[in-house]
Amino acid sequence: MAPKVGVYVCHCGINIAHTVDVEEVAKATAEVANVAVARNYIYMCSDPGQQLIQDDIRELGLDRVVVASCSPRMHELTFRRVIQEAGLNPYYLQIANIREQCSWVHTDREAATEKAKDIVAGAVSRSCLLQPLEERDTEVTPSALILGGGIAGLQAALEIADAGYEAHVIEKEAALGGHIAHLTNTFPTVESVPSLLTEVLERVQTHPRIEVLTHSRVVDVDGFIGNFQVQVETLPGDADTPTATELTVGAIVVATGFDNFDATLKPEFGYGTYDRVITGPELEKLLARADGPDTSSLLGSDEIEDVVFIQCVGSRDRNGGNPYCSRVCCMYTAKQAYLLRQMLPDSRITVFYMDVRAFGKGFEQFYDQVRGQRVLYRRGNPSEIYRRQSKLVVRAEDTLLGKPIEVEADLVVLATGLVPRQDANDTSTLLKLSRSEDGFFMELHPKLRPVETTSDGVFLAGCCQSPKDVTDTIAQAKAAASSALIPLSLGKVRVESITCSVDQLLCSGCGLCAEACVYGALTLNERTGIMTANQVLCKGCGACATACPSGAIVLRHFTPDQILAEIEGAV
Amino acid sequence: MVAEQSILERCDLWACIQCGKCTGGCPVAFKTTLNIRSLVYHALVDGQLDPDGMEELWDCTTCGTCVLRCPKEVEPSELIVALRTALVDGGVIPPTIGDALTSVFRHGNPSLMPPDERADWAEGLPVKSIAEGAEVLYFVGCIPSYDDRAQKVARAMVKVFQKAEIDFGILGVEERCCCNEVRRVGEEGLFEYMMEEQQELFSGHDVKHIVTTSPHCFNTFQNEYQGLDIKVQHYTQFVADLIAQGRLAFTGELDQIVTYHDPCFLGKQNGIFDEPRSIIQSIPGVDFQEMDRIRDRSLCCEGGGGRMWWEGTNPEDRLATSRFEEALSVGADVMAVACPFCLLTFELAAKASGYDEKVQVLDIVELLAQVV
Amino acid sequence: MSATLVIGAGIAGMQAALDIADAGFTVYLVEKEPSIGGRMAQLDETFPTLDCSSCILTPKMVSVGGHANIELLTYSEVIEVSGEAGRFQVKVRKNPRYIDIDKCTGCGLCAENCRLKGRIDSEFNVGMGKRGAAYLPFPQAVPLKYTIDGEHCLMVQRGKCGKSPPCRDACPSGAIDFDQQAEILELEVASIVVATGFDPFDPLLKPEYGYGVYDNVITGLQFERLSSASGPTYGEIKLDGRQINDVVFIQCVGSRDRNLGNAYCSRVCCMYTAKQAHLVREKLPDAQVSVFYMDIRAFGKGFEEFYDRVRAERVRYRRGNPSEIVKRGERLVVRAEDTLLGQPVEVEADLVVLAVGLVPRADTEAVTQLLSLSRCEDGFLKEAHPKLRPTDTEIEGIFLAGCCQGPKDIPDAVAQAKAAAASAIVVMSQSDSKAISDQE
Repeated sequence: MAPKVGVYVCHCGINIAHTVDVEEVAKATAEVANVAVARNYIYMCSDPGQQLIQDDIRELGLDRVVVASCSPRMHELTFRRVIQEAGLNPYYLQIANIREQCSWVHTDREAATEKAKDIVAGAVSRSCLLQPLEERDTEVTPSALILGGGIAGLQAALEIADAGYEAHVIEKEAALGGHIAHLTNTFPTVESVPSLLTEVLERVQTHPRIEVLTHSRVVDVDGFIGNFQVQVETLPGDADTPTATELTVGAIVVATGFDNFDATLKPEFGYGTYDRVITGPELEKLLARADGPDTSSLLGSDEIEDVVFIQCVGSRDRNGGNPYCSRVCCMYTAKQAYLLRQMLPDSRITVFYMDVRAFGKGFEQFYDQVRGQRVLYRRGNPSEIYRRQSKLVVRAEDTLLGKPIEVEADLVVLATGLVPRQDANDTSTLLKLSRSEDGFFMELHPKLRPVETTSDGVFLAGCCQSPKDVTDTIAQAKAAASSALIPLSLGKVRVESITCSVDQLLCSGCGLCAEACVYGALTLNERTGIMTANQVLCKGCGACATACPSGAIVLRHFTPDQILAEIEGAV
Repeated sequence: MVAEQSILERCDLWACIQCGKCTGGCPVAFKTTLNIRSLVYHALVDGQLDPDGMEELWDCTTCGTCVLRCPKEVEPSELIVALRTALVDGGVIPPTIGDALTSVFRHGNPSLMPPDERADWAEGLPVKSIAEGAEVLYFVGCIPSYDDRAQKVARAMVKVFQKAEIDFGILGVEERCCCNEVRRVGEEGLFEYMMEEQQELFSGHDVKHIVTTSPHCFNTFQNEYQGLDIKVQHYTQFVADLIAQGRLAFTGELDQIVTYHDPCFLGKQNGIFDEPRSIIQSIPGVDFQEMDRIRDRSLCCEGGGGRMWWEGTNPEDRLATSRFEEALSVGADVMAVACPFCLLTFELAAKASGYDEKVQVLDIVELLAQVV
Repeated sequence: MSATLVIGAGIAGMQAALDIADAGFTVYLVEKEPSIGGRMAQLDETFPTLDCSSCILTPKMVSVGGHANIELLTYSEVIEVSGEAGRFQVKVRKNPRYIDIDKCTGCGLCAENCRLKGRIDSEFNVGMGKRGAAYLPFPQAVPLKYTIDGEHCLMVQRGKCGKSPPCRDACPSGAIDFDQQAEILELEVASIVVATGFDPFDPLLKPEYGYGVYDNVITGLQFERLSSASGPTYGEIKLDGRQINDVVFIQCVGSRDRNLGNAYCSRVCCMYTAKQAHLVREKLPDAQVSVFYMDIRAFGKGFEEFYDRVRAERVRYRRGNPSEIVKRGERLVVRAEDTLLGQPVEVEADLVVLAVGLVPRADTEAVTQLLSLSRCEDGFLKEAHPKLRPTDTEIEGIFLAGCCQGPKDIPDAVAQAKAAAASAIVVMSQSDSKAISDQE
């Protein structure tokens, strides 16, 4: 019996309708073979839009549905569910992308409309060859791996463990705490970080469901969401050979943190030449000395009369730095200026800035407070530092005076930015993570999916995803925990239905498909000489199908017949 | 005078965030009213910039510090050149610069010297014309060709090349001004004309490798001549290589404390910092001392951008003088330079300040020539 | 199994609800307005990705509306809360829509025929559009059911509407029911997530800008509606046929202003203004666009790069916080000092957009009373610890998400919502395991 295709052309407000004559497309499509009904509607994804489809399925006995709308990345899952609720196998849905691939990239209305008609016709033709696919679930191991023992990792671990699941924290260094272990006080509340951190560490170390492995690295990750096999190597400083541990976990949280920008990349500041030009993190370490902040340790026994802070070192800088803003430096500098003012009440403290980014809760008020403490904010990004006898000289333009100036200093602090870790590549390779243009790990969607990644079951937390302060890190870590808790709580997770399938008669066991597969889903069955496809590891990328010289392996839902039908329908 | 769209778009000024790093590093900002950040801002908000009466525009040495440091990849000095172009088009230009330009056009050099005397510096020296064929074209440059003091540099170069048995030739009376400065004072038309002539000259002689005395000639051949399929080097790159390959033998020692001033067009603009130093440090007996303002933080001598032809709005306050103070502070006997502009401006400054008694200004090749 | 109450169904509330529901727990999602979606539904495009806000929001709305584990209570309010973590007793009042939502098909005939059609200021369009007493807040509403606004409806207020209410006459499904009463629901939940959102600053409090006097001085939120395809002008930047050549944006209106009592920074305005400047440039390619600012706070991922892009699109950033707006003939004149020129300037404009900040909702006091919560100095709901516990409150089992805790953009609201969800899940898991072990 011939398939009955229902076609639904979306206006998407004016997003599609502005350029494509959607009514015309629906009308033309109604004439295409096997099309039982062709409608157009303003927002197919809305409730009534969905209702339209479901009603037609029931009343007209449709067995295929084509939605001509935005990219399948937006609503393919939505519409699959819609048709499933009306009793159809969800894989009888075909999306025709007439937005990203048509209305958004063309301006000629006539031509765009014709193109849309072709796209839809292709989709209709393909839909006739679609096959029902099975939806399967897989069990989830009730534990999580946390990669990194800084505040992000620790917070994520606590959340997951409090909810009742095991959390394994893998930390490279000897001690937990990451970068904040080197901080003195927080902004804007100026509370002691060590005591805050101690609280967190205690909870972690006494938690019955948290295991911590320091001096450890993850060397291999295999598997998939619900069932990751992780190889960990532990090598304490005094040992010769590493101990190997194998862990099976259901979810992974990546919390590997950041590195500090290398100020030698900005030679005009004389960092590395002058020992009284230091970075913000270095000042932080000096201030955090266990025996109390000691100003004389900053410069031998010299007195410090003039301190200059320079913002945006290595950030907002397309010329030898990074174009992005490092988000925390305005505030950490304000905090450091504040602390130095307490220690050096009679000194002159100047902060050179371009914009003061005091955006968070309590930040602006703290900035007010710091200026109230006689810290002088001067707008201008200094150009260079040189030496005049015993003083450093900072050359800048004060853009509000509109004049070039020279400010003498005994100590210059460069507010260096945050950069992706040097070993970020290792982590991204291990976990198949993508990197954003700024080099940090890429989240699935910058607005609505800030912690998910393209790898199911792998989540991001903290500065490895982009620079942020402790508060936002903690929120994000908890967010990552929440995402991890979804599969952990459910105990099962849906696996990809669009997977490959091996034709046993055609397969000669040459193994080219396995070479092409990055997920390790294909193995040779020694006994039969035929390739086996692991239906859970397979992510449906189709690389195997392209590699196979005999056409023995096809990707379900993307079979050669289906693709050819789409092409023929379009042309 | 200048249309809004063209100057803003041409110089891509829209990217500017007014951070002031340009003015803050501008060598002449501290001694003149030139404020490049402010000029950019006026262009942005007023939509037009009338350079009429802005004498300070000619103070710019085109050292490139502003371009080097701008975090938003704006090229502020391009605005200055664009404004100068507008003035030049309207016939408004400091007379001495105008004279230099006319001289370049008529005589192929800015100093009103006869073209047929251009090779006189080489009299008595075994220097052949490139027309006879050679591996390397030694591009001498206007100043070393004609200026008494600078001719010593050219002659020292010849000696060094000979000792290393380099097969080189010169253009002699055919050589013309490279026009690096001509372009920077806003005479784009003359630059293009001369560039085409020079390029024809090079291809006519089948030149494959050019070595220049001046970083300015190097800069324009390397970065601004279009489609030049020739290897271009500043002599410090070439000679440092020779020394590394062992092709220069040292016959003597120089028992002196030597410091080195990074020229803007060699250092800041083209990143060549190490080669000049390696030459100096290879000279036996030399005690090499670095000043404070070196490499990316070197201080412009005020020779570039047309300043060889015009003394500026504040001639008494010479930046070059402070360089001597620095040299003395490290106990230097010799201030080594690698640029004819630096050579002359430093000599002038030394005489004006009395430092000439204390510190000798020498081109690196002059130092080398003493011991090979 | 335990349940969570989420108060507020903007992006934060919805995200919290989805995470909790996806994890297998029950959520009661209470929303005051007839539809979920909150402020994000009012936006045109979001920064810095320029995603169409509705396009990325509606899938979430639809997921929420259709989720088996989420009980959606729209046009409803929480009126009483007692108890403690693990066992909160909650009373929710479902306000009468005067429309039976089981019968309503969303056909819209009631609104078409409403006697007050086009006479009431549309809240969704921030006063730039009108609606009737019977209305749908916006086309993608979830649930897609109409509502009759009892405050304005003649039938509700006066007991009569002409001869017979035209909405009831027009409705093909017999869904209009003027006898509908408020319903009280009693729920028991283990945890509560507060996601009640924010209000935009009211620039009438800054009379020097002439807002309310000049109709071409509008707020950022109003600009979103103008620019939005679903707005009163279908996405065209126009005002009563006036030619718009010069657009001026003014940052920090109602923020960083101790004089007004709002010392804090509203965090999102620099970026939303940059985005709006971009939209103006897109829709009015020849317009002069200027932004007056004090500091540009482009701090997040992709923000600085977006700011670079907007400047490259010939948007003039001028440093200076304008002091006043006056009229000269037909044009507006913005008076400021340009602090980089070091000179006072006057810039003429056809349209001025005030980047209004975010303020705590007018009903925040009621929320704090309801839940025994505290407020910070800036008036937003107080978190347990500003550094370490941004989503916890001082009350165990009650969590904060989104702008009710302080201004933030969509990604930060989503992250916070997920954080609150995690905390809620912890409470529920512990409550459930305790229940299990009690039974055993």
